[in-house]
Amino acid sequence: MSILINKSTRVVCQGITGKVGEFHSKNCLEYGTKLVCGVTPGKGGQEALGLPVYDTMLEAVEEQGVDATMIFVPPAFTADAILEAVDAGVKVVIAITEGVPVVDMVRVYDVIKDRDDVRLVGPNCPGVITPEECKIGIMPGYIHKKGCVGVMSRSGTLTYEAVWQLSELGLGQSTCVGLGGDPIVGTSFIDLLKLYQADGETEAIIMMGEIGGTAEEEAAAFVKEHVTKPVAAFIAGRTAPPGKRMGHAGAIISGGKGTAEEKIAALEDAGIEVAQSPADMGAAVKRAMAR
Amino acid sequence: MKIHEYQAKELLRRAKIAVPESIVARTPAEAAAAFKKLNGKIAVVKAQIHAGGRGKGTIKSIPEQRGVQLVKSADEAEKVAKNILGNELVTIQTGPAGKVVNQVLVESGCDIARELYLGIVIDRAVGLPVLMASSEGGMNIEEVAARTPELIFKEHFDPDAGLQAYQVRKLCHKLGIKGASVRSADSFMRSLSKLFVQLDCSLVEINPLVVTGAGDLIALDAKITFDDNAMFRHPDLAELRDIAEEDPAEVRAGQAGLSYVQLEGNIGCLVNGAGLAMSTMDLIKLHGGEPANFLDVGGGAQVDQVTEAFRILLADKNVKAVLVNIFGGIMRCTTIANAVLEAYKQVGFNVPLVVRLEGTEVAEGRKILSESDVDIISAMDLTDAANKVVAAAG
Repeated sequence: MSILINKSTRVVCQGITGKVGEFHSKNCLEYGTKLVCGVTPGKGGQEALGLPVYDTMLEAVEEQGVDATMIFVPPAFTADAILEAVDAGVKVVIAITEGVPVVDMVRVYDVIKDRDDVRLVGPNCPGVITPEECKIGIMPGYIHKKGCVGVMSRSGTLTYEAVWQLSELGLGQSTCVGLGGDPIVGTSFIDLLKLYQADGETEAIIMMGEIGGTAEEEAAAFVKEHVTKPVAAFIAGRTAPPGKRMGHAGAIISGGKGTAEEKIAALEDAGIEVAQSPADMGAAVKRAMAR
Repeated sequence: MKIHEYQAKELLRRAKIAVPESIVARTPAEAAAAFKKLNGKIAVVKAQIHAGGRGKGTIKSIPEQRGVQLVKSADEAEKVAKNILGNELVTIQTGPAGKVVNQVLVESGCDIARELYLGIVIDRAVGLPVLMASSEGGMNIEEVAARTPELIFKEHFDPDAGLQAYQVRKLCHKLGIKGASVRSADSFMRSLSKLFVQLDCSLVEINPLVVTGAGDLIALDAKITFDDNAMFRHPDLAELRDIAEEDPAEVRAGQAGLSYVQLEGNIGCLVNGAGLAMSTMDLIKLHGGEPANFLDVGGGAQVDQVTEAFRILLADKNVKAVLVNIFGGIMRCTTIANAVLEAYKQVGFNVPLVVRLEGTEVAEGRKILSESDVDIISAMDLTDAANKVVAAAG
């Protein structure tokens, strides 16, 4: 078991004919992902990486029966690509694209928010990986190891750091999910906590949050009420000054809200093992499991 | 992207949202002419900088001169403009150095019966735009939110349908806006909600929103911030950018596709990924050091971008040591290693350099560095890196 994706997940890449889409599609294929086709409007009938390319998601679904999509289309067209995938019946939609206008995501979120059968991850995220089975995204596959820790994060390279530390400690991962750094993303920590709690393979969970918004506080409240598995966490941005945006559009302390201190207090109050240093993330999972 | 008050008011005017009559002046003589043209008994001269708190802010070289002042004659307008223009205005948001004022807005006075607050942002938790209104206009709204949250009223709205008439009536009831003013509020608030969506704003703030003696609503101040991600579809708005208002190092980094934020410390950081870059700052602080900056070179940076990143870091005179922390995913460690050598050749390192590499092509990257003649302190993990760079910075 794992969450969202596994070795039998059939994957399409929207934007497979672009430079970035092709590069990462190739890496995913090499990892063992069952990537079966691509979609680029206007390029139907061509081939990319030896895979058929379709004009529409509907054709891709009809011809190949895809379960998940990996989106690499440019930011101006990302919202439309997400909605096309959902409309065509794809259940797991993973949008890697960075730079999507927030209002576009407001419109997308309005469509998907009540759809329990659809899971959008991203945009502006590294993707999802179930180690040694299926990689959908831009993360370096080789650092991951199959195992029992569910990993979720708002940041890409920080996730790699945590996964690396876990693998070094001999702790493999069930599924790792990058939520994305934008103000509005399809999947929240709570959505994933529900999935990890229900997943037989996942024995512990680590979440990497960052300053801005209230997603970590909400997750902490959910853990307190509903999660029985050990949870560890790290919050990035303790030293960030208010009013300055730290790379991610979402990572900004405004009006004294969204500070690391508030988040850490909420996490600790929920019985979550909080890593004080980013060097301590893997060990924090170990401590949480030993409790 | 932030814009000036005078630019924001021009956008409001175009959207038929009421603002006082005003004229931008870039010289004292223009300010005097503006006063005459407005043809009133009083006007307000307002310094135009991106930071808030201008009314309470003072001109650095003339401490008795505030950033916003009421004037009663063309001569007085000229005198005040002369005090303000070309000088630094220090407010609670500018830091002690202040910001140079390059233009003032000369605005007709207006008959104020009440001051309200109006703001629109995207509510991340709900996933919709939200209009916030408060009877506590003119105040720092963050203080109101902290002390008396019950005095802030919120209405979410759909981006395409916009704020509905009944929502405005509800807000009016809560704000105590009555009679004919309700009609004025309907036009004002609904037009503002449309403008927020049409122009891809991330913030629109009218503080204060004035109810005049005649019962009309009018925007006495206006602050607009645009969603950077959406600027591609607003080339006309992109032209409103005032680079003089931004930190030169941040502008330079932006041109190279880097994300950079200047901080106060003495340890320069060069990291890939926003989350890891923030964590690296935290790590340095945890080990007793002070980060000089946030710098994310991104996932797909090339050698020349990383070299530029080094130039920006090393140009900061406060920097006493640099920590390079890379977890290669898409970014290859070899790219970083080659950029370190290139930067050494082009810029030279005048401070110690601690390098921690992990991830894609790490062995090759480390080999490139160890075989070079560049003096590098290599670190094996995050804690090791932090200890070494803090020690190196003294």
